[in-house]
Amino acid sequence: MCRRLARMSGQSLFARLEPLLPRVRRPVQYVGGEGNSIVKPWDAAVVRWALMYPDAYEVGLPNQGLQILYEILNEQPDVLAERTYSVWPDLEALLREHDLPQFTVDAHRAVGDFDLFGVSFSTELGYTNLLTALDLAGIPLHADRRDDTHPLVIAGGHAAFNPEPIAAFVDAVVLGDGEQAVLGISDVVRAWKSEGAPGGRTELLARLARRQLVYVPAFFDVTYRADARIEAVRPNRSDIPARPSKHTLSDLDSWPYPKAPLVPLAETVHERMSVEIFRGCTRGCRFCQAGMITRPVRERNIETIGAMVDAGLRATGFNEVGLLSLSSADHTEIGTIATELADRYENDKVSLSLPSTRVDAFNVTLANEFSRSGRRSGLTFAPEGGSERLRRVINKMVSAEDLVRTVSTAYAHGWRQVKLYFMCGLPTETDEDVLEIADLARQVIRAGRKASGHRDIRATVSIGGFVPKAHTPFQWAAQASPEVIDARLKLLRDTVRADKEIARAVGFRYHDGRPGAIEGLLARGDRRVGTVIERVWREGGRFDGWTEHFSFERWERACAAELEPLGASLDWFTTREREEREVLPWDHLDAGLDRDWLWADWQEALRGVELDDCRWTPCYDCGVCPTMGTDTQIGPTGRSLLPVIGVSAGGPAAGGGPKPVDGSDPSPVGSAAPA
Amino acid sequence: MPRQPEGPPPPPVVARVRVRFAKRGRLRFLSHRDVARAFERGLRRAQVPMAYSAGFNPHPRISWVGAAPTGAASEAEYVEFALSAPVEPESLRSALDASLPPGLDVLRVVPAGGAPLAERIDASRWQVRLPGVAEPVLRDAVAELLRRDGVEVERATKDGRRRFDVRPAVILADCRAENDTCAILELVARHTTPAVRPDDVLTALDVVAGLRPSAPPEPTRLEQGRLLEDGTLADPLAPDRNDAGRLVGKSSA
Repeated sequence: MCRRLARMSGQSLFARLEPLLPRVRRPVQYVGGEGNSIVKPWDAAVVRWALMYPDAYEVGLPNQGLQILYEILNEQPDVLAERTYSVWPDLEALLREHDLPQFTVDAHRAVGDFDLFGVSFSTELGYTNLLTALDLAGIPLHADRRDDTHPLVIAGGHAAFNPEPIAAFVDAVVLGDGEQAVLGISDVVRAWKSEGAPGGRTELLARLARRQLVYVPAFFDVTYRADARIEAVRPNRSDIPARPSKHTLSDLDSWPYPKAPLVPLAETVHERMSVEIFRGCTRGCRFCQAGMITRPVRERNIETIGAMVDAGLRATGFNEVGLLSLSSADHTEIGTIATELADRYENDKVSLSLPSTRVDAFNVTLANEFSRSGRRSGLTFAPEGGSERLRRVINKMVSAEDLVRTVSTAYAHGWRQVKLYFMCGLPTETDEDVLEIADLARQVIRAGRKASGHRDIRATVSIGGFVPKAHTPFQWAAQASPEVIDARLKLLRDTVRADKEIARAVGFRYHDGRPGAIEGLLARGDRRVGTVIERVWREGGRFDGWTEHFSFERWERACAAELEPLGASLDWFTTREREEREVLPWDHLDAGLDRDWLWADWQEALRGVELDDCRWTPCYDCGVCPTMGTDTQIGPTGRSLLPVIGVSAGGPAAGGGPKPVDGSDPSPVGSAAPA
Repeated sequence: MPRQPEGPPPPPVVARVRVRFAKRGRLRFLSHRDVARAFERGLRRAQVPMAYSAGFNPHPRISWVGAAPTGAASEAEYVEFALSAPVEPESLRSALDASLPPGLDVLRVVPAGGAPLAERIDASRWQVRLPGVAEPVLRDAVAELLRRDGVEVERATKDGRRRFDVRPAVILADCRAENDTCAILELVARHTTPAVRPDDVLTALDVVAGLRPSAPPEPTRLEQGRLLEDGTLADPLAPDRNDAGRLVGKSSA
């Protein structure tokens, strides 16, 4: 694409940025230079991507999605990818004062110089930060005001499964797994550029849409009924699919990314290396958007996982490994993985962790393996719903007995604290359901005192407000208002405080319900919500995921100004239950889930009927596998970790012994698994 | 009964090394905590046989000596490592240097011996680039500072604002011109409590002479060591010498 600025395209802005850095908080987050970061010559690349995680560096850097795409794209000889994150308001003000644009941290190039600007949304609360970045980059906020000199703005990530609230601000949206999609997009852009960019950006977008790589909001028109509901969403061209669908990566073993994870210089929220052990989840928790939109389950096998852990530790020097997935203990070979990794790293001061686990005693066994020589501080379990009835509604099949048995095992094995995670504001929930959390906490404390033999037992009850999301059985549900959630949580807290037996043993963590209302607006909003986002941003809205920056009043004011003239409102988008036939803003986007199945599951939820996991029981026709041409990919493979191959003698020789000559000796630090 | 860590206790310390490293370029924005994290990871990547502390949460045994502040570059930072196996210093230096990001550069590694590192360091020599400040202006301000017996400045710390006297720490201050619009302040400062940093000296120049650089100053620590009578600093990695000039202490564990 041709560039309009006098400044040379792709030039480093660091010399101009550097004098500003002593004036901002934690400048190290803007300097780049992380371990395993990649800087390629600008002119050597044909297709250039700027990848953004629209939150602060400390949150964005560890994001796996962005790291995976960054590495995959940079492996292509003629593709270049650099990263950019949201700048804090102190630097934003200085950039504006000194006429400097949004920049990448790798080579400090202007985001506006790139061909593609890919933004990954894990949460809807990043939308205002998208606008800051576009504005700083000199890219018009509205896609229809952009010309051939501007990058294509492409959204991805889980929140992009309902991109309608940001439809005006993005050129295209990638649904689902990004690994193959970004390569496909790069191919199309490369070819289009080599032909001399025929037809400008509209033709480029049409090619991307025709190849079923992206959803282009501008190629769809939305009409509304007099009662403010959507009448229809229709494509306005005939040469593109009427229902853009998600990408599903098959065979995760062929895509072992990130191979060399980034090692930040600044402190970040996750100071560890992460290895995704499987993608997708079919537990069927009805509130869980991730579990619905990432189906089917695709496991990495134990050999790939072992090789990724080994290579990643060597490449980074991290001393903690997180085995990630939506429900890590569900991997068919997790027991072998846990034992063999624990054996391999027992003497290496490498700690292993398994986030996102279910409530069962097996998980305590796994946690014990992972903490053989480490501290047993806290274990987290997520019953999610306070009462048995409510847990049937959300399809989280945990009984109080399961929970008590599990925590007893944990306390008996030396774990000192248990954290219990619940949601408040779930469909059909009453005060009584929430008060049962106090009963559970009492049973847990009693069980802990009995199992450990002393009274000094602590449990933390952590509670989040439930936000209904698109492409889930709860997409039709009424969201509980912040007032209802706050009142129920106050009732619960007062009840626990009044109970002398447990008052001092139970800690409470919860946030006020108001940010959840805005998240709900953005999660189930339609294109008309875009004007609200823009107004909030113009009035100073930034970093809405951060309590100190979030202003509910600003969102409320913007909703009143922008939505009420249309016959809608914040409540209309959040606390209103939808009917079966109502056209939902994301109905034209295919996450693979059969709409009738989702509705049937919603009705089952209301009746309190549970649903089994299709990994171990027959298919219940959610629709994903036939629609997407995919299948569940699980083990067990019956294999075990491959032995670690001896590393080069490049490190300083330890122990005074001779250096290995045949390369088969274990490294001084990394011990080899016995053959 | 409380749990005990499984497995054998950590291997004993068999050697210690002292390291001089530089913090350069954009990496001058690293805080001490950032530097410490980068070293811990670099040591793991370089497979240096570190000695670890005992307990559930073992840490590599690394002793830091007074770190340069965030934003200040340095050619003379020092750290000591305890090792569980003897290592040839030069191979450790090159392996660690290769494992650290460019800008954290390992300059020298020597076997530890003699007086502790902390006792060998009581002053720093700094060079502060002052873009936008003409040399005569700086010269007048420095002269005024040196004329005073005491100059109180205030600095925001973690525990609120703190007032202290800069003057006793300033052993030597001189200036020269890089060009017409950039002066350079040369400074030898004694390590006091609280530590007087180059930005405190610049604050003092503002207090006594109203010197306010228009662009951010660029401080670099050039040397650390024991302050000698002539105002120079003794190399903390040089072997100990007694008063008669003979080497004392072991050069290696």
